Amino acid sequence: MKQVYAVPKSLQPQATHYCPGCTHGIAHKLVAETIDELGVRDRAIGVAPVGCAVFAYDYFDCDFQQAAHGRAPAVATGIRRVVPDAVVFTYQGDGDLASIGAAEIIHAAMRGERISVIFINNAVYGMTGGQMAPTTLVGQKTTTSPAGRELGHAGSPIRIAEMLATIPGAAYVARVSLSSPANVARAKKAIRKAFDTQLSGAGFSLVECLSTCPTNWGMAPIEAMEWLEKNMIPYYPLGEFRTPEGGASNG
Amino acid sequence: MSKVVFDEAKCKGCSICVHFCPKKVIQMADRINAKGYHPAYLADEGNCISCGICGRMCPDAAIEVFKP
Amino acid sequence: MAERKLFKGNEAVAEAAVRAGCRFFFGYPITPQNEIPEYMSRRLPEVGGVFLQAESEIAAINMVYGAAGAGGRVMTSSSSPGISLKQEGISYIAGAELPCLIVNMVRGGPGLGGIQAAQSDYFQAVKGGGHGDYHCIVYTPSSVQEMVDLTMQAFDVAERYRMPVMILGDAVLGQMMEPVVLPDPRPTDAASAGWATTGARDGRAPRLINSIYLKPDELFQHNLKLQARFEQAKAAEVRYEAVNTDDADVVLVAYGTTSRVCRSAMDRARAAGVRVGLVRPITVSPFPYQAIADVARTARALLTVEMSLGQMVEDVRLAVCGAAPVHFYGTTGGIVPTASAIAEEARKIAMAEVGK
Repeated sequence: MKQVYAVPKSLQPQATHYCPGCTHGIAHKLVAETIDELGVRDRAIGVAPVGCAVFAYDYFDCDFQQAAHGRAPAVATGIRRVVPDAVVFTYQGDGDLASIGAAEIIHAAMRGERISVIFINNAVYGMTGGQMAPTTLVGQKTTTSPAGRELGHAGSPIRIAEMLATIPGAAYVARVSLSSPANVARAKKAIRKAFDTQLSGAGFSLVECLSTCPTNWGMAPIEAMEWLEKNMIPYYPLGEFRTPEGGASNG
Repeated sequence: MSKVVFDEAKCKGCSICVHFCPKKVIQMADRINAKGYHPAYLADEGNCISCGICGRMCPDAAIEVFKP
Repeated sequence: MAERKLFKGNEAVAEAAVRAGCRFFFGYPITPQNEIPEYMSRRLPEVGGVFLQAESEIAAINMVYGAAGAGGRVMTSSSSPGISLKQEGISYIAGAELPCLIVNMVRGGPGLGGIQAAQSDYFQAVKGGGHGDYHCIVYTPSSVQEMVDLTMQAFDVAERYRMPVMILGDAVLGQMMEPVVLPDPRPTDAASAGWATTGARDGRAPRLINSIYLKPDELFQHNLKLQARFEQAKAAEVRYEAVNTDDADVVLVAYGTTSRVCRSAMDRARAAGVRVGLVRPITVSPFPYQAIADVARTARALLTVEMSLGQMVEDVRLAVCGAAPVHFYGTTGGIVPTASAIAEEARKIAMAEVGK
């Protein structure tokens, strides 16, 4: 029989610690598939964040460094400058990247650092138990916005892809969703393009992946995917916001 | 060999594969696996079209898909 | 070939680092150490290295983490408020067992403080600074030549013990010019070859640079390993200079800039018939407890002199352990103590002790 779908070789065989239905696992697979396709496992160096993906290094079959909260782009910069031919990627959540690590991600993009950033936006702090994230939607209830995020108090959710797309060094910036087979297929293409951008030397690349957190959203996995499509995509439109060719196809 | 091979030990019973299967040939078992979840299984191999969607969507890398 | 040159302290540190094989520098501007990054920005590209001005001290120290973890011989430099920002990264570097050099040209604090010389970061440098059970090795040079020599040595020591090494200078040392002999450049060795993340090439297993151990027993064992390594450093790396301690009634204890002033104070006091000696720690972590305990057995009293309101004096008291009185004289805020004031303080102590 011909194999139609195989688990990527750049993933370690063990089960993940992620909750049932959490889309981190899908994102991991897409990154690993990309590493397989490009044949760069032996020069890939990942940087794990603080948050649910803190143990990402247990799941990828390549070198890894674990960074302090938000500092993955700075750590990746250090790696990139020492190992010029490495394929360097960070894997960061929304608290890590968009809140405490906002300066590091902006300046890595500003320098056109040749790294690929996988940014998981699930609108909540997962690991610490469902607190309000910089990406939490207005009105969304979390453990630190029990009445729902209030615009006048907590401000509006941050649109990272749009913001970084204004930076010349950010050669490829896209937002995808991990909420359906069609969206996952597009996500795969975007992640591949991010790595291609790095390999071509064009500069910084980032793929924002709209993701679910069934546990902290208090929803079943499918219900969470439907909630994402209904609530997150209208505020966080999908598409490519910047490409090495200069094009954009968002909305 | 089955068209859809489940690594049952890794399955967390999220049912994403069941939901997105276009032919509705996957179901959740009544029994529980070592993790304590009801694992997914291929209930109707005859109608499986080996599209691979279950494998691509599985967050736990627990599914591989084959075509005769 | 060794060269003799007139160098400013900050630039001497930078040139020595290059000659020690340092090829990566990540930093952020702050007075009074800006000559270090400025020098590195010119010099490192000449030797195929990388200078990068980071967006913050926090980013800079995390770039050091990444670079060190990838096997680069790497350093950063800053001054007190900037070193406070780097503490998060220093803790992670210590936890992940990464070698690097951190230079602190100390200025007065707390807060923004001032830009003149101080020694008020002793606690931060010696007692941890960041969170967790760890130690850095901390050198306290007192001349431009010593800054060169200790910088050359710092990288080897950092790699030997796989821990961050700090040079604790101050604004005076950074800005003063003195003639120095520069050692020959050394090739960078591959001390990191066995553990650095450079890509899992040629079939080797993936490597991990990491400081998280969620299982209490694993973290306990990890901390014991770090501690054991610091114990080795305690046994092998303690350095100090003792001058005129054999017959001294009063032994001054001071490091860095203050130790230079103490040397003059000692000469002055001796000229006036007061038998004063000096112990000058060259490492303050590990601290020369034994050397100070030894002088406490023969001296009538010790006088610790610092540009702080009393930080190292706590370690001196620990070393002396009640065997002799330990006095303190300190200035702070950017004021350097004068030799005449220290000599007078020593004279008063000697008079009081001899009179007992």
